[in-house]
Amino acid sequence: MRNLLIFITKYNAFFLFIIFEVTALIIYVKYNSFQKATFINSTNQVTGNLYARVDQLKSYISLREVNDSLSLENARLRGQLKASYYVDSVAKHKVNDTIYKQQYEYIDAAVINNSVNRRNNYITINKGSRAGIAKGMGVICPQGVVGKIVFVGDHFSIIQSLLHKETIISAALAGTKDLGSFTWSDNLDPHAGLLYDVSNSASPKLGEMVVTSDLSLFPAGVPIGKISNLHSKTAKGSFLNMDVTIAVDFSKLQYVYVVDNKFAAEQLGLEAQQKKDE
Amino acid sequence: MLQSNWDWRPSRKKMSRVILLNLLRFIALVFIQVFLLKNISLYGLSTPYLYILFILLLPFETPNLLLFPLAFILGLTIDAFYDTPGLHAMACVLLAFVRVLFISITVQKEGFDNEPEPTFSLMGFRWFFTYTLILTLFHHFFLFILEVFRFTEIQYTLARALLSSIFTIFLILISGLLFYKNKERK
Repeated sequence: MRNLLIFITKYNAFFLFIIFEVTALIIYVKYNSFQKATFINSTNQVTGNLYARVDQLKSYISLREVNDSLSLENARLRGQLKASYYVDSVAKHKVNDTIYKQQYEYIDAAVINNSVNRRNNYITINKGSRAGIAKGMGVICPQGVVGKIVFVGDHFSIIQSLLHKETIISAALAGTKDLGSFTWSDNLDPHAGLLYDVSNSASPKLGEMVVTSDLSLFPAGVPIGKISNLHSKTAKGSFLNMDVTIAVDFSKLQYVYVVDNKFAAEQLGLEAQQKKDE
Repeated sequence: MLQSNWDWRPSRKKMSRVILLNLLRFIALVFIQVFLLKNISLYGLSTPYLYILFILLLPFETPNLLLFPLAFILGLTIDAFYDTPGLHAMACVLLAFVRVLFISITVQKEGFDNEPEPTFSLMGFRWFFTYTLILTLFHHFFLFILEVFRFTEIQYTLARALLSSIFTIFLILISGLLFYKNKERK
């Protein structure tokens, strides 16, 4: 017995190591499968409070930018009040006592995950099918086009960002309404895009706005960017190519609006029928 | 030759100073780790864990019976903020064990017993660098492998552990220089 005690005291470091390591292992194995049930996590009073404080401080620092974007957005919304309505003035519908029927509804959502530096970028937002979001809806923000919804969960959705290899948007020049296609440039610059397949008869000007066309899944006239170079080096298609500076700063994206086109189902249904008939 | 003009057994006053200093260090390091370094990540690969400096700088005379609980509590505190109960605690206890082994191998009882703490300024660059290097590597590799717990991503995990270790060692050496006290050892 005495020898045993001597042995233990001689190698006490090792035994203490074993005791605490096993304790930690038990905690690790036990609580990581029931993380929500444990009190050693950030729902804990102390850590939760501390995090809330620091978050307050952080949000205070970015208050100015948030204010700016809110006022810009208000201005845009005021201008849009009638623009987002579809005129429904067919005589027999007059009994409805309304001449406007809403075509676009906007669902606001906060960005909770974002990337700009990969070849294919996705954005996660905090609203899902419970809020009425469905696959294929367009997403915009106060500054312009953001992308389109590709995956929808109950509470979250994933947006295929404009900064994605596969994203192609039907665009138009704001002044002359000449149509073209917009896509992200190849050099991974989150501010540069390419407008191609614009008809040769068009006369674009430097600095002209590029907006969504009537053919896109977005409301017509949502800004995409500004023309920065009339003759792009990237050869794509056989018509006019031009470089575009993207209007949205994707690295600072905080709030977005999902566009719910009330007539999308009808339009898609009709178009599907037409394909069947051919 | 080492001329000690003070008793190596710390007096009561000295003792309380050491305890207060370590308590402050504990709080400061946890705050820095949780509110500053937790948000830092170089290319998603390199994340520093500076908080281990607390265990590294505990006095030489810290009895094992105190060292291990302290390491365990430090780990658990960090875990509370990282939402990973037990993970950092395990890594910290391993770190404490490696510390005991390393010090028992490299520090001669006759030569260094007078030194209260294994700091940069007291132990010199060579010893402190080796000490930091070995302890940090042990802690980080254990931590990252345990966190991922999957062999399919082993290369990525090892790269992360290595790059994070470099970052942490860099920060520890910087802090060592920052609090450099010009106390002559010889």
